[in-house]
Amino acid sequence: MPDVFFELSFIWAGLIAFAVLTYVVLDGFDLGIGILFPFAHTHKDRDVMMNSVAPVWDGNETWLVLGGGGLFAVFPLAYAIVMPALYMPIILMLLALVFRGVAFEYRWKTVRWRGVWDTAFFGGSTVAALCQGIALGALVQGIDVDGRAYGGGWWDWLTPFSITTGIAVVVGYALLGSTWLVMKTSGAVSHHMRDIAKPLAIVTLVFIAVVSLWTPFQNAEYFGRWFNWPGTLYTSPVPIALVVAVFLLFQGLATGKETTPFLAAEAIFVLAFIGIGISFYPHIVPPSLTIVEAAAPDSSLLFTLVGTLVLVPLILIYTTYAYWVFRGKIDPDEGYH
Amino acid sequence: MLSGFSAEILARVQFAFTVSFHIIFPAFSIGLASFLAVLNALWLWTDNQVYRILFDFWKKIFAIAFGMGVVSGIVMSYQFGTNWSVFSDLAGPVIGPLMAYEVLSAFFLEAGFLGVMLFGRERVGNGLHMFATGLVAFGTLISATWILSVNSWMHTPAGYSINELGQFIPEDWWAIVFNPSFPYRLLHMVLAAYLTTAFVVAGVGAWHLLHNKADAAGRKMFSMAMWMALLVTPLQIAAGDFHGINTLEHQPQKIMAMEGHYDSHPEGAPLILFGIPNPDEKRIDYAIEIPKLSSLILKHDLNAPLAGLDTIPDEDEPPVAIVFFSFRIMVAIGFAMLGVGIWGGVQRYRKRLYDSTWLHRTAVLMAPAGFVAVLAGWITTEVGRQPFTVYGMLRTSESLSPIAAPAVATSLIAFIIVYFFVFGAGTFYIVRLMIKTPQAPDDLEENGPTRTAGITPVQQLDDSHLAPGE
Repeated sequence: MPDVFFELSFIWAGLIAFAVLTYVVLDGFDLGIGILFPFAHTHKDRDVMMNSVAPVWDGNETWLVLGGGGLFAVFPLAYAIVMPALYMPIILMLLALVFRGVAFEYRWKTVRWRGVWDTAFFGGSTVAALCQGIALGALVQGIDVDGRAYGGGWWDWLTPFSITTGIAVVVGYALLGSTWLVMKTSGAVSHHMRDIAKPLAIVTLVFIAVVSLWTPFQNAEYFGRWFNWPGTLYTSPVPIALVVAVFLLFQGLATGKETTPFLAAEAIFVLAFIGIGISFYPHIVPPSLTIVEAAAPDSSLLFTLVGTLVLVPLILIYTTYAYWVFRGKIDPDEGYH
Repeated sequence: MLSGFSAEILARVQFAFTVSFHIIFPAFSIGLASFLAVLNALWLWTDNQVYRILFDFWKKIFAIAFGMGVVSGIVMSYQFGTNWSVFSDLAGPVIGPLMAYEVLSAFFLEAGFLGVMLFGRERVGNGLHMFATGLVAFGTLISATWILSVNSWMHTPAGYSINELGQFIPEDWWAIVFNPSFPYRLLHMVLAAYLTTAFVVAGVGAWHLLHNKADAAGRKMFSMAMWMALLVTPLQIAAGDFHGINTLEHQPQKIMAMEGHYDSHPEGAPLILFGIPNPDEKRIDYAIEIPKLSSLILKHDLNAPLAGLDTIPDEDEPPVAIVFFSFRIMVAIGFAMLGVGIWGGVQRYRKRLYDSTWLHRTAVLMAPAGFVAVLAGWITTEVGRQPFTVYGMLRTSESLSPIAAPAVATSLIAFIIVYFFVFGAGTFYIVRLMIKTPQAPDDLEENGPTRTAGITPVQQLDDSHLAPGE
C-alpha cells in the first residue's frame, strides 16, 4: 500500500471528497428549499424561502462544478468511466438544475407565469436531488469497467437500491431545507418549517438505517470494513456520533432552538458521507478502480495542488464573508429583487 | 426521429448545440460585467445620477444573463465525460487542471461576489460594493483566460508528451498555458465580448432615443456604446488579422478552408469575396475574387505562394463549406460594426448623435449582431479544427464515449427542447427589461414596495410586490 501522506493521489482523493461534501452541505439545504416549495402556504412565503438563498445559490452550485471539473483534472479515468455509466441520471440532473437555476430570476419577472417557474423550481430541485441520490447508489453498488472504459449497459444504474438512495437524498435535502428555514425565517414560515422538520427527520433516519444495512450486502468488502474486528474499532465512532447528532436535532426542534437543528441535520449528512467514504476506500469507482489507478500523472496532480492549496482557503474565506453579509433572519419586506 | 445518425455525429451536434447556446451568455456577461463596474465607478466618482440609473437598469439584465450562463455552463463541465470520455481520459491530464483552475480562480470569485453586487449595496456600503462589482468583472476575464487557454491548446497543442496508454502527459505547464494560438484567441474573444455588449447597449440606447430623444439614460448609454464601437472595432479587426496569420502558421488547412483555396497558388493567391464551395469538384463555384489579395493579407506580399487543400490528404480536411460561409458572416458583421462606429463618430462630430434617426434604427437592428459574429467566429475555428479534437493528434472519431446512439439522441432532443423553452423565456424577460424606460430608483434605495403602499391601488400593489423594482 502506498504511503498515504506522500502519495499525491490520496491527497487529491481527500480534496475531491471535500469538494463533494462541501457541495452537499451547501447545496443540500438550497435544493431542499425547492423541494419544500409546494408545502409553503402562500406565495409570499415562497418569496421569503427563495430569498433566503438567492444571494448564495450559485456559489453553492459552483462546488458541483468543482466536483466535476476536479475529477476531470486529477482522476480523468474515473471521470471517463463514471460519466458514461451514469449517463441518464447525470443528464437529467443537469437539465433539472437548469430549470431550478433560472427560476431564481424568472419568477420575479412575471405574474402570469409565476406558477410555471414555481413548479420549475420545485421540479428542478427535486429531480436534481433524486438524480444525485441515484448516482450515489449506482456508485455504491459498483460500476462495470472494461479496460479503460465503462463496460456496462445503459440501465445498470437503475436498481431498487439506487432508487432508495435517490429518495433518501430527496427527503434528506428537504430536512436540511426545513431546518435552514427554521434558522433563517421568522413567524409563520419558521413555525411551519419546524412542524415539517420532525417527520422529515424521522423519515430521513429510516432511510439512513435502510441504506446502511443494505450497503454491506452490495459488496463483501464493505461488509468486512464495517463488521470485522479491528475494522469495527475504527468505524464505530461514526454511528456513535450519528446518535449524538440525532439527539441534538430532535431536542433542538422540540425546545425551540433556532440554529441547533440545522447544524445537527448537517452533521448527520457529514457523518453519512464519512460512512460512505469508509466503504469506498481505497476505491474511487467500486468495485475495481482504485484511487491510484485513476489518478492523472504526478505533474498534473502537483500543478493543480499548488493553486488549490492557495485558492481553496481564499474561497472558504470569501464564501463565509458572503454568508456573513446576508446573516440573520430574512426580513419579509426586504425585496431582494 | 434521429435514428440513422451515428452516435458520433449526434454527440458532435449535441456539443455544438450546448456550447453555442452557452457562449452567448458569457460573451454578453464578460462585457456587461466590465460595463457595470465602469458605470458604478463613474457614479461614485462623478455623483452623476444617470450612471446609477444605468447601473440599476443593466444590473437586472446582467442577473438573468449570468444565471443562464451558470446553468448552461454546468452542463458543459459534465459533457466532456458523458459524450467524450475517451478524449477526457487521454487529454484530461493536460486540460483538466486548467479547467480546475478556471473553477477555483474565476467561478467561485464571480459567484461569491455576485450576491453582494446584486443585493448587498446597503449591507456593505458603496466602497465594498464597488470592490465586489470589480471582482465580478475581473472574475469573468480570468474565466475567459483559462477556458481560452484550454481551447487554444486543443488547436495548437504544446508542452506535452504521450505515454504508453496514449495519454497526453504535461511536461511544461508554461508552454501548455501559453500555447501558440492562445494570446491571439484570448484577445480576439475578449474584444468580441466587449463589442457584442457595446452593440447590445447601443441598440437599447437607440431604442429609447427613438422614443424620447431627451432621455438622459438613453443618451448616455448610446454615447458610451458608440465610443466603444468606434474605438474597439478597428482593434478587433487588427486582432483578427493577427489571429489569422497565427492560424496560417499552425493550422494551415483551416485557413485554406476559410479562404476557399482548394488549389495551391504558387504565384499569389486571390481573395475570394464570395462563392459557393463545391466539395465534389473541389472548387468554388460562382467565385467573385480579387487577384493576389489573399497573399497580401496573409503574407503581406502580393506574390507570396499559398498552398491549397490539394496538398492535404482528404481524411485530414475540415468541412470546407461551413468554415467558408461562417468566416464570411463574421467578417461581414465586423465591417458592418466598423461602419456603424464611424457613422456614429461622424454624427457625434456634427453634434447630431442623438438626433440621427437612421443611425438609431440601424443600431437597433445591429443589437444582436455581436452574438451572430461570435457564433460564426467560433464555428469557423472549431469546425476548422476538424477532423481532430486535439489538432493533428487525436481524431474526433477516436474521442467518443462508448455510448449508444439512442442515448445520445434522446439527450440531444431533451437539450433542444429545454434550452429553447428556458432560454427563450429568459431572452423574453431580458428584452422586456431592455425596452422599459430606465427609472431613477426613488431615493436610491434598492427596491421595496412597502414605502409606496399607502399611495398604490391594491391591485397594483400586489403586482409591484410580485415584480418589485419594475
